[in-house]
Amino acid sequence: MANKEDILSGLAEIVNEETGLETEEVQLDKNFTDDLDIDSISMMTIVVNAEEKFDVKIPDEEVKNLKTVQDAVDFIANAS
Amino acid sequence: MSTPTLNQYSTNTASRILSVGGYRPSKRVTNDDLAGPIDSSDEWIRQRTGIVTRQRADADTSLVGMALAAGQQAIERAGIETSDIGAVVVATVTFPYPTGSAAAIIAGELGIHVPAYDISAACAGYCYGVAQADSLVRSGMADYVLVIGAEKLSDFVDPTDRSISFLLGDGAGAVVVGASQEPGISKSNWGSKGEDWDMIRMTRSSIDMRNIIQEVEKTGDATAIVEPGSQGSVWPTLRQEGPSVFRWAVWEMAKVAKQTLADAGIESEDLAAFLPHQANMRIIDEFAKQLKLPEHVAIGRDIADAGNTSAASIPLAMHRLLEEQPELSGGLALQIGFGAGLVYGAQVVRLP
Repeated sequence: MANKEDILSGLAEIVNEETGLETEEVQLDKNFTDDLDIDSISMMTIVVNAEEKFDVKIPDEEVKNLKTVQDAVDFIANAS
Repeated sequence: MSTPTLNQYSTNTASRILSVGGYRPSKRVTNDDLAGPIDSSDEWIRQRTGIVTRQRADADTSLVGMALAAGQQAIERAGIETSDIGAVVVATVTFPYPTGSAAAIIAGELGIHVPAYDISAACAGYCYGVAQADSLVRSGMADYVLVIGAEKLSDFVDPTDRSISFLLGDGAGAVVVGASQEPGISKSNWGSKGEDWDMIRMTRSSIDMRNIIQEVEKTGDATAIVEPGSQGSVWPTLRQEGPSVFRWAVWEMAKVAKQTLADAGIESEDLAAFLPHQANMRIIDEFAKQLKLPEHVAIGRDIADAGNTSAASIPLAMHRLLEEQPELSGGLALQIGFGAGLVYGAQVVRLP
């Protein structure tokens, strides 16, 4: 199981690649929509890239529950 | 008693697209025209869709009229007589009568009494049509088939819907598929995924609509019928699960696209053009990225000022690409449609 620090830094790289946001801005308490200004299409791209990077499945119906970076890190940690 | 041998069709060796025609309605609908009822803005729509304006038909412009214009142009450009056409296949989901068919009416307008039928395969409809035309021509059932993708989606939009309505446009594109010496249409990679039928759907069926109308007639209470276009309207309109469609359209369809190239026996370097269904510029961009297309491959990006015209979008994108870059004629194009059903279809074709 990947540790949460590694998941956070890996996720920050994916977010950086999709949106250009600095990796330091991707912090656990940030909301993807309200704080990071990530729309639903970019979010799906991030999800697919995260699936590949962490070798997990993130079903469509789960994506809407991933509101904060913490939510995503927890889900990936539990799924991997 | 001797056993007679039945006559069967004499087959043709190969098939190809001989010509492409298009019809674009003249009305231009801007993002600002649509932003109010969805509490949005020009910037929001551009950023999420890449659409700047979309072409839409006025009340006097019919689906059949648009389809006929595109079809006539394709026949003219193929350099054949209308009477040479052996079948008319129309891909559409917006002909407003379940029966008869748009195709039979169009054949009648053309003055030919050939086999004519509609295909209900939404945004994959045109590629389904090309698959059928390829089969009809090579089997010898017809020497020339007119395939038309035509939609008047503006009849099925809800101005308050934030999922799909603001993407949609109207128009028609057509190709003539005919016999040829060299293969000009690859094996079709087509299929369906019906368990996800509700990912892109109508808000209600015509039976639901009848039940509402009957209730109003019985009770005299018309509150069930509200303004056309508003939420809860009796009139069926389109909806989609945008993010789920995006995932399917890019990553699943990228697999289909790669398999189509492999089945055709070519590499992406061999392509002159990539003509994906014009669903959303974000899908087109991500799709092209996933396919790692070489720089020289021209990508159809008709959606920016046409909108998503469903079955019409690929032939219209081809029509435009060949008008802007006529030197692409004779090159290979990967065309792929995908949409409500769910259904998909793809081929490599030699551009007319």
